[in-house]
Amino acid sequence: MLLQVEGSQAVARTVGACRPEVICAYPISPQTHIVEALSRLVKSGDLLPCEFVTVESEFAAMSVAIGASAAGARAYTATASQGLLYMAEALFNASGLGLPIVMTVANRAIGAPINIWNDHSDTMSMRDSGWLQLYAEDNQEAADLHVQAFRIAEALSLPVMVCMDGFVLTHAVERVDLPEQDAVDAFLPAFEPRQVLDPAEPYSIGAMVGPEAFTEVRYLAHLRQLDALVEVPRVAAAFAGAFGRASGGLIKPYRLDDAETVVVALGSVLGTIKDTVDQLRDDGVPIGVLGVTTFRPFPAEAIRKALRSATRVIVVDRALSAGMGGVVAADVRGALADEHVRVYDVVAGLGGRPITTASLRAMLRAAVADALPPLTFLDLDIDVVEAQRRRPDRP
Amino acid sequence: MFQVRIHGRGGQGVVTAAEMLSVAAFYDGRHAQAFPSFGSERTGAPVVSYCRIDLRPIRVREPIADPDAIIVQDPTVLSLPGVVSDLAPHAHLILNSSRPLAELVAEPWAAAVTTQAIDVVPAGEIARQHIGRPLPNAALLGAFAGLTRQVSLDGVEHAIRAAFSGAVADANVVAARAAYAHVATSKDQSRVAAG
Repeated sequence: MLLQVEGSQAVARTVGACRPEVICAYPISPQTHIVEALSRLVKSGDLLPCEFVTVESEFAAMSVAIGASAAGARAYTATASQGLLYMAEALFNASGLGLPIVMTVANRAIGAPINIWNDHSDTMSMRDSGWLQLYAEDNQEAADLHVQAFRIAEALSLPVMVCMDGFVLTHAVERVDLPEQDAVDAFLPAFEPRQVLDPAEPYSIGAMVGPEAFTEVRYLAHLRQLDALVEVPRVAAAFAGAFGRASGGLIKPYRLDDAETVVVALGSVLGTIKDTVDQLRDDGVPIGVLGVTTFRPFPAEAIRKALRSATRVIVVDRALSAGMGGVVAADVRGALADEHVRVYDVVAGLGGRPITTASLRAMLRAAVADALPPLTFLDLDIDVVEAQRRRPDRP
Repeated sequence: MFQVRIHGRGGQGVVTAAEMLSVAAFYDGRHAQAFPSFGSERTGAPVVSYCRIDLRPIRVREPIADPDAIIVQDPTVLSLPGVVSDLAPHAHLILNSSRPLAELVAEPWAAAVTTQAIDVVPAGEIARQHIGRPLPNAALLGAFAGLTRQVSLDGVEHAIRAAFSGAVADANVVAARAAYAHVATSKDQSRVAAG
């Protein structure tokens, strides 16, 4: 159904169409509209049978999702920022236990200092939690990725995070073709858990594993993530067949033919980057874009192939690993280690600072002229930084 | 692409106005993108929202820095930085006020404004008359439709009925129509050179 709708509402209604059986909710901006909308759907009876559990913290939200999933229910929750960090311990348990929980993260910065606005610090900090991470470019994809996420999660017995830029997408009202209930039902069969905790037939999951087998357990987890590199594009192809539009997958190439310079990014900034790249193409600059939809597992081989003929790669990162640089850039650099290509790292949009076409255009023009430093902070006000560094320490 | 910025104060429906405008454009078969300025909005604090309208899908996600139209729900924000300072000569400035245009443009904010297309719509007054409360959104969107032709009055009515129901929706539709009619008759007189 074609609607002009807020991103959060589109996601909530699509999650509803996926027939979750347990939804755990703890509010935090900018995610709150999603679980609020789902609570109304549950209360109205449209989502039955579904239990909506309001919990006392994000740690409890993930713990309840773990319990529900282990008991055989299709479980969903959503969070952002410090909320995701408060879940950290439980996140590793969910993936370690192989529970196909789906969670929306409305990407938001992490404090201190307090900042409620968008960047990718939250999900990037949980990069190694064993969850799949899919990043939405727009609200259509944010909605579609949830349908795919449940199918991928349940096929692999792994939890999936659908990452959508907080405010930029969650609070944007735009055209979304909401997946219809019967189409979702046909695409996403009822959850058939691989194992179910049952008081009538008690056994333990996640019991202690010692040094004699822990490496093997971890290696199995790695192999299962690599399986996702096959499953994710397979599900995206099936989705395109069933719904008639491209969403999801590993990577999204844009105007890569003959592109010497390629911008790599993930999330909602891709739209602004594509508009900027179109302008540069009009000026005759051979430049393209590579969107990364699946960040974990990292599609290194697909990225290497897509960037085969590039000589210059600029990674726009919406998160910073202080003391290192951009998070995505490090992985891209690793994937291209054997290639003759320069990788530039551009940290942009931290804590909600808008990433504008004007700034991107100036940065890309500098890159094409080989005048871009290896690590750039877009629109950095260096005077403010230097004033702070000159400030004498207090006695 | 036609880009609109809406200025007002928290509680006046600035964010809702942009959303309704995007819904109106959607009913007209256009692509539209509405989003708020993301802050900790408080009642009475200056608030900005944005709406882009285009025939093609809209990909860009930056705030609108070069608007084709600005709708001001509350003239007391006009003197704040960043409200009208970047208004291009071709752009529309639509003001909700019951005061005469000549009086408004005599204020200091108008010194830097180069556009000739300034229109004053007594949207609050129209709303008070038809809705019973000075909620200017519907009237301003009706005026916007009449002045810019970027959305149809039909689209605005659809957007109002999508947001409200029953008597409230009916009253808002009447207010939108009244403002649409108002700008059709008073447009020529209200345009003066500013600055």
